[in-house]
Amino acid sequence: MRSKRSLLLIGAIPAVFLGYFFIYPVLTILYTGLVPDGQIATSAFSEALTSSTVRGIAWFTLWQALLSTLLTVAIGLPVAYVFARYRFPGRSLLRSLTLVPFVLPTIVVGVAFLAVLGPGSPFGVNLQGTIWAILIAHVFYNLAIVIRGVGAFWEQVDPHLEDAARILGAGRIRVFRTITLPLLRPAILSSAALVFLFSFTSFGVILVLGDLRHTTLEVEIWRQATAFLRLDLAAALAVLQLIGVTVLLVLYGKARNRRSAELTLRPPSEVARAPRTMGEWSVVVSTLCMLAIIVVTPLAVLIWRSLSTPDGLGFSNYAHLFSPPRATAAFVSPTDAIANTLQFAIPAVLIASGIGLLAATIIVSASGRSGRIFDTVLMLPLGTSAVTIGFGFLVALDQPIDLRASILLIPVAHALVAIPFVVRSTVPVMESIQHRLREAAAVLGASPRQAWKEVDLPLITRALAVAAMFAFAISVGEFGATSFIARPATATIPVAIFRLLGRPGTFGEAMAMSVILMAIVAVAALGIEAVRGTRSGGV
Amino acid sequence: MLDVSDLTVRFGSTTAVDGASLEVEDRTIHALMGPSGSGKSTMLRAIAGLEPPTSGSIAWDGQPLVNVPPHRRGFGLMFQDYALFPHRTVAGNVAFGLQMQGLNAEAVRTRVAEMLDLVGLPGSENRSIGTLSGGEQQRIALARTLAPDPRLILLDEPLGALDRSLREHLLIEMRSIFTAVHATVLYVTHDREEAFTIADQVAIIRDGRIVADETPEELWHQPPDGWTARFIGLENLLPASSLSSLGLEPPSADVTTGVVPPESIVLTATGGRAATVAGAHFRGGVYRIEIGLEDGHQLVAWSPKRLHPESTARFDIDAERISWFDD
Repeated sequence: MRSKRSLLLIGAIPAVFLGYFFIYPVLTILYTGLVPDGQIATSAFSEALTSSTVRGIAWFTLWQALLSTLLTVAIGLPVAYVFARYRFPGRSLLRSLTLVPFVLPTIVVGVAFLAVLGPGSPFGVNLQGTIWAILIAHVFYNLAIVIRGVGAFWEQVDPHLEDAARILGAGRIRVFRTITLPLLRPAILSSAALVFLFSFTSFGVILVLGDLRHTTLEVEIWRQATAFLRLDLAAALAVLQLIGVTVLLVLYGKARNRRSAELTLRPPSEVARAPRTMGEWSVVVSTLCMLAIIVVTPLAVLIWRSLSTPDGLGFSNYAHLFSPPRATAAFVSPTDAIANTLQFAIPAVLIASGIGLLAATIIVSASGRSGRIFDTVLMLPLGTSAVTIGFGFLVALDQPIDLRASILLIPVAHALVAIPFVVRSTVPVMESIQHRLREAAAVLGASPRQAWKEVDLPLITRALAVAAMFAFAISVGEFGATSFIARPATATIPVAIFRLLGRPGTFGEAMAMSVILMAIVAVAALGIEAVRGTRSGGV
Repeated sequence: MLDVSDLTVRFGSTTAVDGASLEVEDRTIHALMGPSGSGKSTMLRAIAGLEPPTSGSIAWDGQPLVNVPPHRRGFGLMFQDYALFPHRTVAGNVAFGLQMQGLNAEAVRTRVAEMLDLVGLPGSENRSIGTLSGGEQQRIALARTLAPDPRLILLDEPLGALDRSLREHLLIEMRSIFTAVHATVLYVTHDREEAFTIADQVAIIRDGRIVADETPEELWHQPPDGWTARFIGLENLLPASSLSSLGLEPPSADVTTGVVPPESIVLTATGGRAATVAGAHFRGGVYRIEIGLEDGHQLVAWSPKRLHPESTARFDIDAERISWFDD
């Protein structure tokens, strides 16, 4: 048992970090909304609540998120089923493939679907500025949450339960409705809550694929703050969004804790088997084909169009990126943007891993209520949305010291976004380390610190490596917060892509830049899968 | 009547059931017994409709079942792990099959109560599955299987997860329940005592083939081959030469092996044969005596009295009860 004092000490570091870089900025946003000119005024809030434009945006935000969630679950469930119940050649490779969209930066997802469904689409459609493009992009991006989240649970559900129901006279559809679905409900709900959250606070995708009517609160906060300089209205909107997100996170936490306690889980290896009948094979093959089409099409079209030039296929889009005269289009040379991105990613990964590891230690050691509260607070940055974090930095971090010009601000923002992922991927591993191992180490003469170093650390290294690569992927692709706090000279690749998109004649270059960013993230994704190996886990 | 003929089930390159044939008469309890990996569970799942057969036929009262989905076969199947639905109460589990038949709520309630009574857990309707002990889970699983009154009850090692004393108790209880409801039962197990206690007829499956299908007594007294004899736990499998040295001559020159049932060996001071006692082990009530023969083989016999190792044992053997076969 760790002593109370050392727990406090370990907890103090993430608490201070979160307090200063997250809670303080959020409170400042609230203050900005309520006290715009040194006096309490509810005008910004009442404007936000009564303006028909804002109400329209809030309504759109809600229903597009709901629809995106339903679609993602509907498409994700059959894929989760196939991975959970069948063994087939290439299974682990295809499973890794499902993770690719999720680690892709949202701006790249937006650009990829612009390439597929926007002007000049190879399919001859132009869905830019319609709900369809947004929905399809959200399904693409969030599919992995359902496949992994539900799949990790499904692959441990005893198939005998369904067999038993069949024998007792239930047809396939009835078995699904009366047995499978109720058993999976907690897993489906918690995955759906996450998908809803990400669609609700969608930024990069909407910015690229939406228009003035098809826009989310998240985008509106950013527009009010940066384009119209209405900090008070932006703050009021951010507070409203935060309230919605908090309610959602509480529901998510409840769904996650309410696993069917009595369900005996089976090792996945006993559940999955090779397909046997033609019917089973056709289910597996058609589902995987659908998956491949959804995942591969946007990426392939993006690459193909980045290579398309007026004179046929070639690398001129890439060449333009690095030729000095055109480079000014992005205000920052692409070479500098790439260098900036990588330079920010390293401290971001270090901060996120360090703070995340300390926080995970607290969650695991502090039993009961306090641990759960800490857990929920740590999840908040995930729901708060990156734009709110960036906005908060902008309005809060000029006092007591003006940090807004600090080179560390961007990595800190990235780390905040990444910390929940680090915590989520390390806590389950830490919880699974048997207390008896530590006791054995103690009896053999190890102090608590030595026991942690010799027993816990080696066991969680793998999980931490996965978390660090996740943090890396998040940092290089982070767009919402960075778009607020990046200066022209410190622009990262996503910011550069957005600037290229906004200028006439640099569409191909934006795609080329997106492909470069995709390649950087792909390296991290491959690393994640390599370290994670065949082990499955939640997102 | 269940009629399985020439059933083969293959998974890729492995053949789990290999041309097995079996008939289960109405209102009888038939055991299907084999070591692990012999294909017995696969055969049961194929009969239930959960595993598509590669070839062969499964029929009920002459009607082919191969293309009938499991939920339309009217069979019941009880799993070794019970597969109770964790999101439903005890009553919700027992009622499931009845609800699938479209019974009204009142009829379901009555039947559930009746079934819980039958398995000795009356009034447990509202308990949740997680609060049941292993033995209680077994009873609820049995109640759930019996409730829709299936025309054939399939049981897959239904007592495998329980400890020994509970197992014996439940086995006898199950036999009397099946007899009371006139059930037709196919009971899969690897355990000889279970099979012999519950079944009217025992089929032995080896490497996916049915190698014997007899009453327990016939199997015990006239095993068809050495493998079956050893598998059902018969001791004293001796080469014919060893037995003829004791004056027990094989009926023909073709047979190579004889089985001497331990109960056919009577240890008595006036016995006509003599040999050295190699070992004596107390087995609660009786001693297991190992008699060393001159050629190095051993005979096992049961004795109410302890015999000291190295002492001389005198005994008679009832030659009529020796079964001979070519092994």
